[in-house]
Amino acid sequence: MSTVILLLVTGLGLGALYFLIASGLSLTYGLMRVLNFAHGIFLTVGGYASWWIAVRLPFGDPWRFLVALLGCLVVGAIVAAAVEIGLIRPLYRRHVEQVLVTVGLALAFTALVQGTFGPDPISYPAPSWTQGVTQLAGANIPNSRLLAIAVAAVVFLVLSAFLRFTRWGLIVRAGVENRAMVAALGIDVQRAFTLVFALGGVAAALAGALGALYFGNIDPERGTATLIFAFIVIVIGGLGSFTGSALAAVVVGLLQQFMNYYASVYWGFSAAGDLSVVLLLAVVLLWRPQGLLGRSVG
Amino acid sequence: MSTPTATRTLLEVDDLHVHLGESHILQGVSFQVPAGGVTALLGRNGAGKTTTIKAILGLVGRSGSIRLSNRELARMTTHEIVRLGVGYVPEEREVFSELTVAENLRLAERDKRPRYDLVFDVFPELKQRRAQAAGSLSGGQQQMVAVARALLNDNQIILVDEPTKGLSPLMVTKAASALKRAAQAATLLLVEQNLQVARNLAEKVVVLDEGRVAYTGDVADLLADPALARRYLGAGGH
Repeated sequence: MSTVILLLVTGLGLGALYFLIASGLSLTYGLMRVLNFAHGIFLTVGGYASWWIAVRLPFGDPWRFLVALLGCLVVGAIVAAAVEIGLIRPLYRRHVEQVLVTVGLALAFTALVQGTFGPDPISYPAPSWTQGVTQLAGANIPNSRLLAIAVAAVVFLVLSAFLRFTRWGLIVRAGVENRAMVAALGIDVQRAFTLVFALGGVAAALAGALGALYFGNIDPERGTATLIFAFIVIVIGGLGSFTGSALAAVVVGLLQQFMNYYASVYWGFSAAGDLSVVLLLAVVLLWRPQGLLGRSVG
Repeated sequence: MSTPTATRTLLEVDDLHVHLGESHILQGVSFQVPAGGVTALLGRNGAGKTTTIKAILGLVGRSGSIRLSNRELARMTTHEIVRLGVGYVPEEREVFSELTVAENLRLAERDKRPRYDLVFDVFPELKQRRAQAAGSLSGGQQQMVAVARALLNDNQIILVDEPTKGLSPLMVTKAASALKRAAQAATLLLVEQNLQVARNLAEKVVVLDEGRVAYTGDVADLLADPALARRYLGAGGH
């Protein structure tokens, strides 16, 4: 029983990280029809920025981690907005060029981080509480997983409230349906694009910092590696559906964690988690091509 | 002896060209819309009426000159043009189906004091349906939302694209009545296939034929000449 509880919570923790990176990706696609293959660099930026700040601060935790976290969110927002303004905006509606530029940026940025900080993972100065465990129904749950779940839940609620109750949220929801008509009401949709990109950057940077706690280190390739699963999450959830992304992130995180454990224990097969996620993607695409909560086309 | 007052030109379109893919849709369209009242933009299917409206709004790429109250619009983006006081009622209504009626209207607010009194006076039904998702409304009710969005702000001109298309006879009458009220608040450039509605609402007419202006003048003159109406509109004037 304790194993199931442990797998459940760690799966939810993994799903929380997927949700944080997938939420921005989904909103970006929904509003702008941009598949940003460089979205993973915002996660890497978040991890490295929070580490860079944390190791330079003269005071201890929890303030050191909180300040580093806040700093990495600001850096994530700035980098994301700069990518949108500098690279995506000039290529708006030129989808092939967007893919080439964002893939190129992801590769170049990863190489830049490797060149600057080295290719190997760097140990992260995690607050002591996050390195401990909490007893839950007989299972020793790592606190970093509980923190990731709590933060992702708060982000989900905050972003949901933003989309539901603010004028900018209204613009984003309308823009997902019909961008041209939003502009025809006198609204500068371009500003909404930048805002959504920056919000996506913040959420991904948050995933970077929480991922550093989750894995105990930062890694130049974590952004691009996680992005693959984030793409699977937004396709399963329904492209452009924020709630769908949250639901799919939970499903993918749990499936991956349970399959990794049980296939390894019973069949000695260690990569079953990744394989099962890809199979789930195939099933969803065949059964419901628009994703779990996506709108059907046509 | 009184001299007739010269009518101010509100919108001036000059040598407007639009290419969509390989097709040269608008081939040097030029016309003027006087301030006040309703100008109908008529023509057979595919003549370029909707493309003209979209070109004025910057929703399609275009070349040529479009001036609103002597301000050149050709280099402006859609939202900049709309903020000069241009309302738009699109052909397919294009309400945001997942938003409520109230949210659709809130999104359209540009002025500090949006004219909800006028909107709910013209469309009292929308007041009762504020919390309803726009996608669940009937075609006629969606048209009310589309017109209401344009009425909400103090516009110089409202571009109305086939407002009665697909509506029941009763709803056509209601829509025409609402547009008459709208015309008291702003100049209307009206694309309309229903000649009865165009005749009742408009004073001036611009007729497009294969991407060019074929006729400009008074609606009454055009529709009084069955041969002329049949040639340009494929229908008799009576």
